[in-house]
Amino acid sequence: MAICGPKLSLCGLIISVWGVIQLALMGIFYWVEAVALAEDLPEIEEYHSLDDFYAQMTNGYQQNAYNCWIAALLYLITLAVSAHQFWLNNRSSLSV
Amino acid sequence: MGSLFRSAEMTLCQLFLQSEAAYACVSELGELGLVQFRDLNPDVNVFQRKFVNEVRRCDEMERKLRYLEKEIKKDGIPMLDTGENPEAPQPREMIDLEATFEKLENELREVNQNAEALKRNYLELTELKQILRKTQVFFDEHEGGAANNPTESMTRALISEDSIARQTGPVQLGFVAGVILRERIPAFERMLWRACRGNVFLRQAEIETPLEDPSTGDQVYKSVFIIFFQGDQLKTRVKKICEGFRATLYPCPEAPADRREMAMGVMTRIEDLNTVLGQTQDHRHRVLVAAAKNIKNWFVKVRKIKAIYHTLNLFNLDVTQKCLIAECWVPVLDLENIQLALRRGTERSGSSVPPILNRMDTLEDPPTYNHTNKFTSAFQALYDSYGIASYREMNPTPYTIITFPFLFAIMFGDFGHGAIMALFGAWMVLKEKPLAAKKSDNEIWNIFFGGRYIIMLMGCFSMYTGLIYNDTFAKSLNIFRSSWKISNLTYDYVKTITTSHMLDPATDDYAGDPYVFGLDPAWQLAENKIIFLNSFKMKLSIIIGITHMLFGVAISYFKNMHFNNRLNIICEFIPQVVFLTFLFFYMVILMFIKWFMYFASNKKEDFTVGTRCAPSILITFINMVLNKPTPCEEGCLTSNMYAGQIGIQKFLLFCAFICVPWMLLAKPLLIQRERKKSALHPLNHNQLHSATENGDASEPIHMNNTQAQPPVPAGHDDDEPMSEIYIHQGIHTIEYVLGSISHTASYLRLWALSLAHAQLSEVLWEMVLNKGLTVEGWAGGIAVYIIFSIWACLTISILVLMEGLSAFLHTLRLHWVEFCSKFYSGGGYAFQPFSFEIILELAGQVKEE
Repeated sequence: MAICGPKLSLCGLIISVWGVIQLALMGIFYWVEAVALAEDLPEIEEYHSLDDFYAQMTNGYQQNAYNCWIAALLYLITLAVSAHQFWLNNRSSLSV
Repeated sequence: MGSLFRSAEMTLCQLFLQSEAAYACVSELGELGLVQFRDLNPDVNVFQRKFVNEVRRCDEMERKLRYLEKEIKKDGIPMLDTGENPEAPQPREMIDLEATFEKLENELREVNQNAEALKRNYLELTELKQILRKTQVFFDEHEGGAANNPTESMTRALISEDSIARQTGPVQLGFVAGVILRERIPAFERMLWRACRGNVFLRQAEIETPLEDPSTGDQVYKSVFIIFFQGDQLKTRVKKICEGFRATLYPCPEAPADRREMAMGVMTRIEDLNTVLGQTQDHRHRVLVAAAKNIKNWFVKVRKIKAIYHTLNLFNLDVTQKCLIAECWVPVLDLENIQLALRRGTERSGSSVPPILNRMDTLEDPPTYNHTNKFTSAFQALYDSYGIASYREMNPTPYTIITFPFLFAIMFGDFGHGAIMALFGAWMVLKEKPLAAKKSDNEIWNIFFGGRYIIMLMGCFSMYTGLIYNDTFAKSLNIFRSSWKISNLTYDYVKTITTSHMLDPATDDYAGDPYVFGLDPAWQLAENKIIFLNSFKMKLSIIIGITHMLFGVAISYFKNMHFNNRLNIICEFIPQVVFLTFLFFYMVILMFIKWFMYFASNKKEDFTVGTRCAPSILITFINMVLNKPTPCEEGCLTSNMYAGQIGIQKFLLFCAFICVPWMLLAKPLLIQRERKKSALHPLNHNQLHSATENGDASEPIHMNNTQAQPPVPAGHDDDEPMSEIYIHQGIHTIEYVLGSISHTASYLRLWALSLAHAQLSEVLWEMVLNKGLTVEGWAGGIAVYIIFSIWACLTISILVLMEGLSAFLHTLRLHWVEFCSKFYSGGGYAFQPFSFEIILELAGQVKEE
C-alpha cells in the first residue's frame, strides 16, 4: 500500500541515502575523536583535572559516535521504507 | 577546425532551382539545416506571394489536426510518439493528407453531434425518471392527506382568496413537475412565493447522482420540484417563472397507474439509449485511437510542407517562369554538403537540370554561426544572451568552459555542496537521453537540464576549491596531519580558554612546514580564522581577476590580428596592456613578493621581515599612484620591499599615465592624417576602414532577437565624421581606464561571496545540526535523526540552490562585464538556418504554451 506520493518517497530516498552516508562517516569521525567536531559535543561543565577533562571528552565523543550511528540506522530504515514506497509508486504508475 | 575560436566563415550564395525541383531541394535543405534564406521580395504582401494557397491549405490541415488532437486529449488516449521523423511528403501527397483529415474531421464532428443529441435525450429521460420516482413520494403524501382530511390541508391557503372555491366544492389542484439546477432553488422558491403571493405549494427533492450536461460535459447537481397550484392564471405564471429559471418541465400524468406505465416506458427507453450511446462512444474511440497512432507523424509532415512553402515564398521568379532564384547564407565549410543535398533533391524530383549554386560577393556583414555540440551549446548560450558575436570575432566560449566553473567555484568553495551539485549534474548527464525524451514543460527544470554540463563542471570545480579551503559543510578534514600542535597544555591554561584559540604562526605551535594541500584544518577552530582567510582570499581574487582581465585584453590582440587591424593594435591593445600590467599586475607581483619575503617570527634578527614590518599592499599601491612616501614603523628602516622600489614605481606610473593620451588621441589623429593624405591622393584606404568598424567595444549590444534584421550594407565607416571618432575614442578610453580600477575592485566579489558562503554554512551547522549533536545521552540519536533532515533540506534550499544561483549570477556578471568589455563587440546577428528540426521544436513549444 502506498502511503507517500512519488515526490515524498523520492525526497525520503535521497535524504536517507545522504543521511546514512554522512552520519556513518560522522560516527567514525567521532569515534576517532576528530578535533573538528569538538565543538559539537555536549558541554562539559565541571572537571577536576586534565585527565578528568580528557576522560569526559572521550566519553562525549563515544556517546556522539553511537548517536550518529543510531541516526544512521534510523535512516537505513527510512531508506528501506521510502524505497519500498518508491517502488510501489513506480509500479502502479507503470501498470496504469 | 577554425570555427572553435571564431564563428564559421559564411558566404552569400545565389541558388537557381528548376521550378519542378524546387520543392524537393528545399525539403532536403531543411533536413540539413545549414542554409539561411533571405527574403528576396520583402515589398510583396504576404497574400500576394506565389505559394500563398499552399500555405493556406497547410494552415487548414494544421487546424484539423489540432482539433483531432484536442479530441484525443479529451478522451485521454495516449498519443504514440515514436520520435521518428518522416520526410516532407511530395506535393501530390498533400491532397491525400487533406482528404484523410477532412474525412476524419467530418466523421468526428458527426459522431460528436450524434453523441450530444443522444446525451441530451438521455439526460431528459433520466430527469423524467427521477421526477417520476421523487414525485411518487409527494403524491403518496397527498393521497394519504386527502384520505384523512379531504379539504383542510389543501385549501387552507386558498380560503382567504375568495369564497368561490368553497362554493364549487372540493378544490381541484393542478401541478407541474420539473427539474432545476440545485443552486437556483432558493431564488426560485422566493420568486414563486412573491409572484404568486404564497398561493402555490412547492415541494422539492435533490437528485443524489450528478447529471452530465451534454453541451459542456460538466457534472451538475439538480433537484426535482413539483408545484401545486390552483387555477389557470397561476399555472401560466408558474410556467413563466419556471421558464425564467431554466427549469425543465416534464409532463407528469395524474393517475398513479399512468405514472407507473410511463416509468416503465422511460426505463426501457433509457436502456435502449444506453446501448446506442455505448456504440457511439465505441465508434468515436476507435476513430480517435486510429488517429492517435499517426497524429504526431501527420503534424510533422504538415509542418514540414508548410515550412517549405513559406521558404519558397521567399524566392524570386525568373523571367521565364522556369526557375526560382534564391539567395542564402551558407557556411563555407558545408558547401559540399549543401551541393550533395541539392543533388539528392533533384534526383528525387526526377528533374534533369541540376540546381546551380553561385557564390556571391557582398558588402553585408554575414550572420554569426558557431558550431556547437551538446556540451558547448550551453556555454555558447551564455554569450549569445549577452550579445551575438560580430562575424568572425573571437568567440570566448572555449575559454569559458574552464573559467566559468572556476570563478563560480571560488565563490562556492565547499566540498560537500560541490559534491551535491556535481552529483545532480552527473545524474542529468548520465540520464541525458531518457530525460530529454520526456520533454517536460517545466521551465525551471528545462533551464537546469539545458545547463547540465555547466552544473556538473561547477560542482566538480567547487569540490576542488572546497578541498583547497578545507571546507566540507563548514567542517575541515584533517587528511594530511595538521602542522599545528598544542604545546605546554596545563590544567590552568585549559581553564582560562573560554571560546576559541588564536593561532599565531610566530610561536612554536606551528611546525614550520605548511599543510600538504589547501588550508590547514587547525584554522577551523581558530579565533583569527576570518582575519587570516580574508587577507588570503582577497589577494587570491585580485590575482585571478587581473589575470582574467589581462587574458581578455590578450584576446583582443588575436581579434585585431585576424581583421588585420594594425592601427587598433598599436593605438589600443599596446597601451591597454601597458596600463593594466604596469599598474595592476605590478600589484599582483607585490603580493607575491610579500608572500615570499615576509613571515611571522618573534626573533629579534627577523624583525625587518616580520609581521610588523610587512607593508600593506593596498597602501603601497595607493601611495604609488598618489606619489607619496609610505610611512613605516621605527626599526623597520624602510617601507620598501626591494631596493629601488620608489624609482621603479615612478617609472611604471609614468608609463601608465602616458598610455592614457596614447589611447585617447593616437587613433583619431592617425585617421585624420590618413584622410588628409587620401584627400590629396585618392587611394584605397582599406586599412582604416576596418579600424573603425571592428574595434569598438562600446557599440550597442544587439540582443538575441528572434527576427534579427540583416544590417544595412557595411562600408560606410569612412564617412564617419572626425568629431564622432574623437568622441568614440574618448568614451572608449575613459571606459577602459576607469574600468580597470572598478573592474579590479569588482573581482573582490570572489572573496566576498566565498566568505559569505563559508559563514552561512558555518552558521547553519552551528544553529541547526549542532543542536542535535549536543543533546546528551541516548536521546541524542533520535535528535540527530530528526534534526539532520531539517539541516539537509536547509542545506539544499539555501546553500546549494540560493547561494549557487547567486554565485552563478556573479560569475555571469564577471564574464559579461569585466571579461567581455576587454574585447567583445557583440554586434553580430545570429545565423538562423532553415531547419526542420528547429521549426518542429518551436511548433511543439508554442503548442504547449
